[in-house]
Amino acid sequence: MRVSMIVNGHLVTHEVEPRLLLVYFLREVVGLTGTNVGCDTSSCGACTVLVDGESVKSCTLLAAQADGADVITIEAMASPDGTLHPLQRAFRENHGLQCGYCTPGMVMAAYSLLQENPHPTEAEVREGLEGNLCRCTGYHNIVRSVLAAAKDGAGLVPVGGA
Amino acid sequence: MIPALFEYRRAGSLEEAVALLAQYGEEAKLLAGGHSLLPLMKLRLATPRVLIDIGRLSELSYVRDDGDHVAIGALTRHRDLQTSSVLADTHPVLAHVAGQVGDPQVRHRGTIGGSLAHGDPASDLPAAILALDACIVARGPEGERTIAAAELFRGFLETALRPDEVLTEIRVPKRFARWSFQKFNRRAQDWAIVGVVALSAGEAANGHTSVSLINMGMVPLRATAVEEALAGGASILEATALASEGLDPPGDLNASTEYRRHLVKVLVRRALEEIGS
Amino acid sequence: MSVTEAPAAGASGGVVGTRMLRKEDAALLSGEALFVEDLVIAGALHLVVVRSPYAHARITSVSTLGALACPGVVAAFSGAELRSEWATPMPCAWPVTAEMHSPAHFPLAVEEACYVGDGVAVVLAETRAAALDGAAQVVVGYEVLPAVVDLASAAADEVLTHESLGTNISYTWKLCPDPAALESAFASAAHTVSEHYVQQRLIPSALELRGVCVVPQPFGGGYTVYSATQIPHILKVMLGITLGIAESKLRVIAPSVGGGFGSKLDVYAEELLCLALARRLKRPVRWSEGRSEAAQATIQGRGQLQHIELAAGADGRLSAVRVNLVADMGAYLQLLTPGIPLLGAFVYHGAYHVPAYSFCCRGVFTTLTPTDAYRGAGRPEATYAIERAMDALAREVGISSAEIRRRNFIRPGAFPYSSTAGLVFDSGNYEPALTKALEISSYEEVRAEQAARRQSGSVKQLGIGLSSYVEMCGIAPSRVLSSLRYSAGGWDSATVRMLPTGKVQVVTGTAPHGQGHETSWSMIVADKLGCSPDDIEVLHSDTSVAPHGMDTYGSRSLSIGGTAVWLAADKVITKARAIAAHQMEAAEEDLELSGGVFSVRGSPDRKMALAAVAFEAFTAHNLPEGTEPTLEASVTWDPPNFTFPFGTHVAVVEVDMETGQVGLRSYVAVDDCGNQVNPMIVQGQIHGGIAQGVAQALWEEAVYDHEGNLLTSTFADYLIPSAADLPGLVTGRTITPSPTNPMGVKGVGEAGTIGSVAAVINALVDALAPLEITDIAMPATPQRVWQAIEAAQAAWAARAAPADQSDPADQGEAK
Repeated sequence: MRVSMIVNGHLVTHEVEPRLLLVYFLREVVGLTGTNVGCDTSSCGACTVLVDGESVKSCTLLAAQADGADVITIEAMASPDGTLHPLQRAFRENHGLQCGYCTPGMVMAAYSLLQENPHPTEAEVREGLEGNLCRCTGYHNIVRSVLAAAKDGAGLVPVGGA
Repeated sequence: MIPALFEYRRAGSLEEAVALLAQYGEEAKLLAGGHSLLPLMKLRLATPRVLIDIGRLSELSYVRDDGDHVAIGALTRHRDLQTSSVLADTHPVLAHVAGQVGDPQVRHRGTIGGSLAHGDPASDLPAAILALDACIVARGPEGERTIAAAELFRGFLETALRPDEVLTEIRVPKRFARWSFQKFNRRAQDWAIVGVVALSAGEAANGHTSVSLINMGMVPLRATAVEEALAGGASILEATALASEGLDPPGDLNASTEYRRHLVKVLVRRALEEIGS
Repeated sequence: MSVTEAPAAGASGGVVGTRMLRKEDAALLSGEALFVEDLVIAGALHLVVVRSPYAHARITSVSTLGALACPGVVAAFSGAELRSEWATPMPCAWPVTAEMHSPAHFPLAVEEACYVGDGVAVVLAETRAAALDGAAQVVVGYEVLPAVVDLASAAADEVLTHESLGTNISYTWKLCPDPAALESAFASAAHTVSEHYVQQRLIPSALELRGVCVVPQPFGGGYTVYSATQIPHILKVMLGITLGIAESKLRVIAPSVGGGFGSKLDVYAEELLCLALARRLKRPVRWSEGRSEAAQATIQGRGQLQHIELAAGADGRLSAVRVNLVADMGAYLQLLTPGIPLLGAFVYHGAYHVPAYSFCCRGVFTTLTPTDAYRGAGRPEATYAIERAMDALAREVGISSAEIRRRNFIRPGAFPYSSTAGLVFDSGNYEPALTKALEISSYEEVRAEQAARRQSGSVKQLGIGLSSYVEMCGIAPSRVLSSLRYSAGGWDSATVRMLPTGKVQVVTGTAPHGQGHETSWSMIVADKLGCSPDDIEVLHSDTSVAPHGMDTYGSRSLSIGGTAVWLAADKVITKARAIAAHQMEAAEEDLELSGGVFSVRGSPDRKMALAAVAFEAFTAHNLPEGTEPTLEASVTWDPPNFTFPFGTHVAVVEVDMETGQVGLRSYVAVDDCGNQVNPMIVQGQIHGGIAQGVAQALWEEAVYDHEGNLLTSTFADYLIPSAADLPGLVTGRTITPSPTNPMGVKGVGEAGTIGSVAAVINALVDALAPLEITDIAMPATPQRVWQAIEAAQAAWAARAAPADQSDPADQGEAK
């Protein structure tokens, strides 16, 4: 079947099998490999992207379901000249990543959280990231990153803005 | 990881969804948010031949105050329930429970109709609907019918919905003033090991109390013994002692039958104390 | 929060010791970093492994016809059909005794499948989906054999995993320097403690699953192997041996690797299968692991039955420690399987002076997924046992947990300390870390709150737990490895290369997968050469670029690989000094290097920048007689000893006495890993380590049924904590440099895990102390805690029945 969607601002149209999951559409059809797969039960959140502005686990959505949607992946967070988004910058400044595998999903989930709640408490950040697993950081610095980003108003900075 | 092959049909309207269901019969599964079905399909534990995607029927996404009840479209997402200004006024318990389902990403896609039609005894919303004395509206080839929540859940992952019916609406009466939701799990994102929804009509309605239980059997359950005891004037402690009466929940990795029977008493008591029954 | 903030600038005025942000982050944060799964390889076949659904079964037939009929499927093979591909069985590099039993283990089982997940066939197709569809059509005939699941029964040889071995015991390994002293210590002890603990099996669960991609080279007959591995160098050697391929034909690359924690420190069937099938089919072959597959096909950690006995004098001073282990090997010996429990053999006496010591371990086969290294590998188990037992001893003697530790710590003046187990501990000062941890955790205030809650009969009771650890890491001095019968050395290698433009390349034999070596190694070299860390490029994890190395595991990279870098930079300076002296017509000993510039002592205007020397070395127009052109140096460093980091962790838990739910309320860790190159990275390593240790204590367990089926094969069942399940972590530090390396550093990658497991369970037991509960099995699930409380209250009720005594800890329901 034919699906079309806007991915990071570009219209993408492709013939796919109905069983193709959005995450594989992004990775294998569009060639955006920043979005990762870490489990098969919608538990880990490594595949989190924004669909119509909200965080979604792209491993639990058919590409067909996202037909016509506006999809944002980690590749669109930094500005075109490569300057990191304030949220990405906060992760770097607070050592909120180690191996970096959960990071794209974590950043997208955190961005969605900050859009819904620009100034969360620590508890709200922890609960807001409950769907994203990290095996390296113990979350301490991830939570600090998101709190620091919130303080700088990162949730109000659009995707691709620096 | 990757589902087995299937045919994908997208319904452009409710009528088309009903027609497609009639056409494919039991070979077909409805796809709403997909958050119950797709994980099973990825592990190839479910292999439907046809998926009928009703996710775009935006006319089924609403929360509307209809006077004596609130009408909720079946495709209303958990996140929309969580943030609904109507529910904040009329049924804060439903907004709260919806906000405890899964994690934010799941709540952005999962729908109340999908959750009810899946009928998982470990899910939060079916038990909430049950406690609220809600009913659901189903549309089939012969038209519409309503099913009381108490009649909806028939067996493990089995509901009173017929294979050719689409769940379209949930109607929640305005009956209760105070509420408590007790969800016990080992990890924040998980399903409840045991959960309790308790509602009280408040003094105006003679303190009528409704209690439903999550993951205490093959279906979401009402704690009728507790409710009857309270109605008969029993104290919280007396009523709580009856919370596991007649229940034989299955044991699993997280909890044995015995432990669940214990937990439910603790949680029912805490819930009743919170609503001041 | 960090209680001890890092200095704004390094003590030397350089970047070492500062909180420099990571060079790796921008690529990882923007999605540009490439993991194996991200590589686009034209024409690659996708391989899927058909796995045994039985823990133990004879394979009677394999039919791949159905698979071959599926669209897109190109080939399919049984184990028998691939048997000729293997020159040798899969490697076990650690035959811990001369008599050790090790069954032949091939990438696909031929006659018998020995665990659920053991590969029995492969399907190759043009897409992954097609390969999965094909795999579903492979028909395998099985004759089911009895499973061997329970470790104690396995050790009793009730049912055999490998009939041909005649026993399930792979080996028995003993260490008892002085049996007579041990006997007499126990015979004359005023107090003894005898404790049994279970180390449950854990699934390492790096977020990135394993993946392999093998590409035949267009000329030369070689292969490039991309693998999500911690050990590209070791893997290259083992691939060559196992497949009979000349090592010179193999290039192994570990691109960005998404965590390992020991689980990617192995040579796996899928790596061998992809290479063998690329060779056979003359096409690129790739394989991607699924999460449920990983739970079965990637090694697991821990899996031990522990018996620890302490003997002590009337004052609680230890006189002997005796340890007996039964260690679960799983079905086969993987790369390091048998040696893992023995990495604990030298630290079961903990941070304490113990005159007499005995350790015995039996490695036992079961029909379960093989075990191997998981973060800490042997030392978390050891620390757990001794630290739980020390609390038991404190109760026996009637003194506090802190006091029993203080009385027994190895004294600071005793270092270098020759332990009774036969190692020399490099440096240590244990008591300040304990004191500091108690201080930061407001120990006395929490005790007061605990007392108040006990007094009021609160439903939520508090417990405080201590764990003081010392561990051995920096694996390892090659001679020591030889004495342990380990097949490889423990050195590592580095090259520092100044390019004509003044930029610097650092080549390292370590293989980082989240630890930030590019950053730390740049910092080391930047200070040495007086350049900016941004002018330094660190090359690693590609055996063609970095041909020599022993890779990353065992908290070894900084103290060994980092030291090699440090020394190589020195060597570069030595050569540069000779060139600069020659060109400035000065004596070498008169040259001072500061800020990357040589100047002549006493003549400050005579200067030559290191970058200029690099250019001179490149043009080679005017070099001293006999000096080779170019400015680079290589060092291979074999450490003289392990390093021995240590510290004290304090956990505070809150226990819901009605439900048994345990919440971690706060956590304080004071760790000492010697000098720190980058305190930010050190702290991050400790945070992550703690989370994994806490997870073992409270959440994680690979649960098997009696037939050997794994019941926790997904992230929905195997409970890795999320941010919502953990509190913020408080870290502090003391600094006791190691004398074993020039930077004075010690390893830190595993310390957090090693220290944390016992702290949590000790806290839980402390919370339940009024009920006289002294043990809860791990993970301490709410159900287990509730059962213990129920049993204790029943016992209390039975005892107290005659008189109605008020029990402050009675948390009965009727409140």
